[in-house]
Amino acid sequence: MDAQVRTPLIEMKDISLAFGGVKAVDHAYIDLYPGEVVGLLGHNGAGKSCLIKILSGAYKRDGGQIFVAGEEAHIANPRDAKKYGIETVYQALALADNVDAASNLYLGRELLTRWGTLDDASMEAEARKVMGRLNPNFRRFKEPVSALSGGQRQSVAIARAIHFNARILIMDEPTAALGPAETAQVGELVKQLKSEGIGIFLISHDIHDVFDLADRVTVMKNGQIVGSGRVEDMTKDEVLGMIILGKCPPGAIPGPGAMQS
Amino acid sequence: MTTAAPGATHAAPEEPVFRRLLRATEIDTRMLGMIFALLLIWFGFNLMSGGLFSGLFLTPRNLWNLSVQTSSIAIMGTGMVLIIVMRHIDLSVGSIIGFVSTIIGVAQVRVFPMWLGLDNPTIWILSVILALAIGAAIGAMHGSLVAYFGIPAFIVTLGGQLFWRGAAWLVTSGQTIAPLDPTFALMGGGPHGSVGATVSWVIALLACAGIVFSIWAGRQRRARFRFPKRPMWAEILLAVLGCLLVVGATSVVNAYPWPPRVAAAWAEAHNIPVPEDGLFISTGWAIPVLIALVIGFLMTFVARRTQFGRYVYAIGGNPEAAELAGINTKRITVMVFALMGMLAAVAACIDSARLDSATNVLGQLDELYTIAAAVIGGTSLAGGVGTIYGALIGALVIQSLQSGMVLLGFDSAFQQMVVGLVLVAAVGIDTFYRRRTAKG
Repeated sequence: MDAQVRTPLIEMKDISLAFGGVKAVDHAYIDLYPGEVVGLLGHNGAGKSCLIKILSGAYKRDGGQIFVAGEEAHIANPRDAKKYGIETVYQALALADNVDAASNLYLGRELLTRWGTLDDASMEAEARKVMGRLNPNFRRFKEPVSALSGGQRQSVAIARAIHFNARILIMDEPTAALGPAETAQVGELVKQLKSEGIGIFLISHDIHDVFDLADRVTVMKNGQIVGSGRVEDMTKDEVLGMIILGKCPPGAIPGPGAMQS
Repeated sequence: MTTAAPGATHAAPEEPVFRRLLRATEIDTRMLGMIFALLLIWFGFNLMSGGLFSGLFLTPRNLWNLSVQTSSIAIMGTGMVLIIVMRHIDLSVGSIIGFVSTIIGVAQVRVFPMWLGLDNPTIWILSVILALAIGAAIGAMHGSLVAYFGIPAFIVTLGGQLFWRGAAWLVTSGQTIAPLDPTFALMGGGPHGSVGATVSWVIALLACAGIVFSIWAGRQRRARFRFPKRPMWAEILLAVLGCLLVVGATSVVNAYPWPPRVAAAWAEAHNIPVPEDGLFISTGWAIPVLIALVIGFLMTFVARRTQFGRYVYAIGGNPEAAELAGINTKRITVMVFALMGMLAAVAACIDSARLDSATNVLGQLDELYTIAAAVIGGTSLAGGVGTIYGALIGALVIQSLQSGMVLLGFDSAFQQMVVGLVLVAAVGIDTFYRRRTAKG
């Protein structure tokens, strides 16, 4: 329980985001400690992706504060987030389909030669190393990523997130496009990264994806936090109750979105 | 950017020879298709104008003229590729030509000589710098409206087309300004605006050396990282083909002599006796063609080897992903339109120099031919796909059609109809081809 006294890696306080009149995120609080996996659960449209996109810089928040390792962070765009070591694997993978794996891996952070031109050879060599570790079967380095399978595209997206010394990794529905073997692979990867002290947010609408990997879960409903708690203090059914009904079980700390009884 | 799969070099022995050749040399089949179409057009016109090998189309004179006529569309085509790759369009380039040419026309005929005196050797440099600055500024302005105000490029540049054409008229009140500065006029080509036989051969030699060096350097780089290399025979074949193309084209332009009267006038001015069968002075590469080739080379470099180029393609492939990867997509949009504006300004210099006059109607419809060149060259309007060399070949295809039909005495109305048909057919064939290759 020493996690309680350490400074959280990420602390998002009182975060709000509205689209028109719709409160997508309503005064939400979430935190994450080093080496911890936090599952963020909720129905489609519960606001979990929005909350996390605020952290990764894709959306600008209307209110609230973000602290990285105890210090207030100013995140206005994806570049800012990357500066704090926040890397994201997006649900739609966010790959440029028409360029190859190495170009995607280094997109926005290309290796340059001493004349300032692209060092494609170094990037490809480096990509071969990274991909060799992540997915040894990966061979198609010269083809646009549109030619790759879902699992291969996923490994490119993950490789891109972890290759640049991420401290915080956000994975939005990381296994949505994958078969069972590849899903297991992602699970192994999450454990490995966790042991390296990286904090991980796993976002999913499916409780089974998250329950076995996460240390804690936080549940959202209608843009509000229903509650959060350690997985060993809750059953799957209780978490399901949080997702569907907004009913906070005794093992979890209730949030503003919890059903008042 | 990517042509062959790794391991392609280990082709199975039963593979047909032609396909093995393509794999080993990593030549793009689309490019081969375009070159084939171009040769078909060339020999077709040659056949119709006299005979397959004795027609009027494939003569040094016609090919030389063709090269000069192609250069300005080719130059703009290289920029239009990047614009279209980024899922935008630029309908204003023809009007930018008109506006820039009237401004630099006024500047070099009425303004600069007042400060520097007539025929000052710096006038042409100042004119070119002025043209580039105006072109870049107009492009950057269009790009900013697209990027920061979210107005679709189609609308911004359609507005620009009307606006700059009107502005061009205002600059001179519709007057044509002529003649231009004599040094500046050399940029338009013509006997004096060409480099002659010796310099042409020197350029050809340098180009061949460049081809051999780049193939060698590429091989070294692949070896250093232990990537699969092309077989040696394929490398040699590529080098030989490249050099043959350079040498062949150079002999063609050198085989085109100065017109007799120009040659006679030059001989008289230099006190050289004219032999009875006339003086043979090789024209050589025309300056606008050399400018176009250099720009084609530079733009290929920009598209393939710079971060800017990589971002343009990535944004075209998936704008959202590029933004999420931390690319400043708005800045890249402004830059790409500014680059297009500069290329239109280069075209304005060449076009006005070629006519030795500046007028507000210069470059009319050029935006459409430029877009057609890029699209015929394989640039996809869906974004993300397109090559610089494709646009160069596309420009050559369009100009070949125009020039061939003029040669055969076709009506100009008919010419437009044919170019229109070819554009639609080219994109149709391309779509069909892509769909088939996508299926497997």
